[in-house]
Amino acid sequence: MSLTQRIEALDRRWIFLLMLFSMSFPLIVHIRLPVRTSPEARGFYESIEALHAGDVVYLASDYDPGGKAELEPMLLAVLDHLFRKDVKIVGATLWPAGSPLLERAYKTVAPKYNKTYGVDYVHLGFKEGKENVMVQLGKSIREVFPVDYYGTKLDSLPLMHSGFNGNPIDKLGDTKLLVNISIGYPGTKEWVQQVRGRFQMKMISGCAAVSAPEYFPYVQSGQLSGLLGGLAGAAEYEQLIGRPGWGVTGMAAQSLSHVTIVLLILVGNFVYFWNRRKGAARS
Amino acid sequence: MNDPWIWIEAIMTLAILSYLYKDNPIYKAAEYLFVGVASGFYLSTYFQNVLVPNLFVPVWRGTSALFGPGTPAVTDLVRVTSLVLAIFMFMRFSPRGAWLSRWPLGALVGAYAGLAVIGLAQGDLIPQIDSNLLPLVAPGAWKTLAGAQGVAQGMAAFLGLFSNIVLIVGLLATLVYFFFSLEHRGFAGKTAKLGIYFLMISFGASYGFTVMARISLALDRLRFLFEDWLGIHISG
Repeated sequence: MSLTQRIEALDRRWIFLLMLFSMSFPLIVHIRLPVRTSPEARGFYESIEALHAGDVVYLASDYDPGGKAELEPMLLAVLDHLFRKDVKIVGATLWPAGSPLLERAYKTVAPKYNKTYGVDYVHLGFKEGKENVMVQLGKSIREVFPVDYYGTKLDSLPLMHSGFNGNPIDKLGDTKLLVNISIGYPGTKEWVQQVRGRFQMKMISGCAAVSAPEYFPYVQSGQLSGLLGGLAGAAEYEQLIGRPGWGVTGMAAQSLSHVTIVLLILVGNFVYFWNRRKGAARS
Repeated sequence: MNDPWIWIEAIMTLAILSYLYKDNPIYKAAEYLFVGVASGFYLSTYFQNVLVPNLFVPVWRGTSALFGPGTPAVTDLVRVTSLVLAIFMFMRFSPRGAWLSRWPLGALVGAYAGLAVIGLAQGDLIPQIDSNLLPLVAPGAWKTLAGAQGVAQGMAAFLGLFSNIVLIVGLLATLVYFFFSLEHRGFAGKTAKLGIYFLMISFGASYGFTVMARISLALDRLRFLFEDWLGIHISG
């Protein structure tokens, strides 16, 4: 059996082991790679940077534990950036398992900036209804969420009265920016389709890498002012806000594993065609 | 590391990853446990967040007021319709009453089709057509090229001259590929072929992003095992 034939018949578990090594090695030896920022990530950063202290944003945290790996670093960085700028946040989710994740993110970042629940940020919880809820939020937040995640009436939360000129915040239009962190349906696409145009909201999105190619046209058309795609997007954003986190750490491992995959594809194709040519020559 | 939940999470993670070696009973047990826990979680969440506040409470309030003291609110009584439609949905299991399930399905399909049509038209179709009506050379591209400094900036500015052209050609070629009323021969065939190349490039980009997403999931598990479970610092 020649070397190329042995490679073709290689047990796939060796490949898994190689992948494990390529992912673990940069993490263990603390390799850091420079992260270059894309215009889409800069658009995301600049949209938040343009906000002023006291402005209110609506944070649609639409992901569940399946999207935690990619989107939690993004959400933590976004909260960090917003709290640092003293921007107030009205957060909610359209994913049944999304509330505990938003809760955890708030509890991780808010104490760092001494932010108070109900004054600086609010967690409305989960509401089923997908696009229907999005459209309703554009008309009245209180009708969709009469109470917050903890069962407190929205009117008793000071933040819900801190809109423009002291008016209550009762619809998406009363907030300055729609920040969507989304893993799938319902997510960025539906927010763009149902809310962005209909209620003339400025919107930015952080999404799973799988969805990013689908949303780039929204950036090009100006429907999204910025876009972060997957862990790479999170790394770019962490770089921009000057707070390197898991996104930046994971990039070296991500890059080395991508190089490994590319090499494996090249070797696999070479071996396949080589063996086929040899086989044809023999026959 | 002393948190028992961390240990449970770590054991479950390793049990699922053990499938990579080969299918085994530990993997199966973890898989079934996950499916069971997830089903229970979603069922209870939907019951508490959807059925109780949107159906049971208003229907109970409305009917109590109707048959007892007080005036029932119209909004509460309307929810009775939802209850009836929900029961109709279950009539699918009855051979004689199965036709009744078409009513709630019709209402659902109608409502979502209406939302989707408006969303697609104003959110996708019109803005996307609008954003693709571009001049062949982007305004200011020549100026950017003239003011470029260094090779990298110059190259980027030079390529920028062609970005709109590539976009327009790619869009038209891809549309021709999907235009099946015309036989793909001659000029139309060559254009359609060019469209295939553009599609392949976009599929390649999507595949690349998908690989990145999957690696991110694996990395997150590694981070958890190293940092949270074994206490080996890797982040930051």
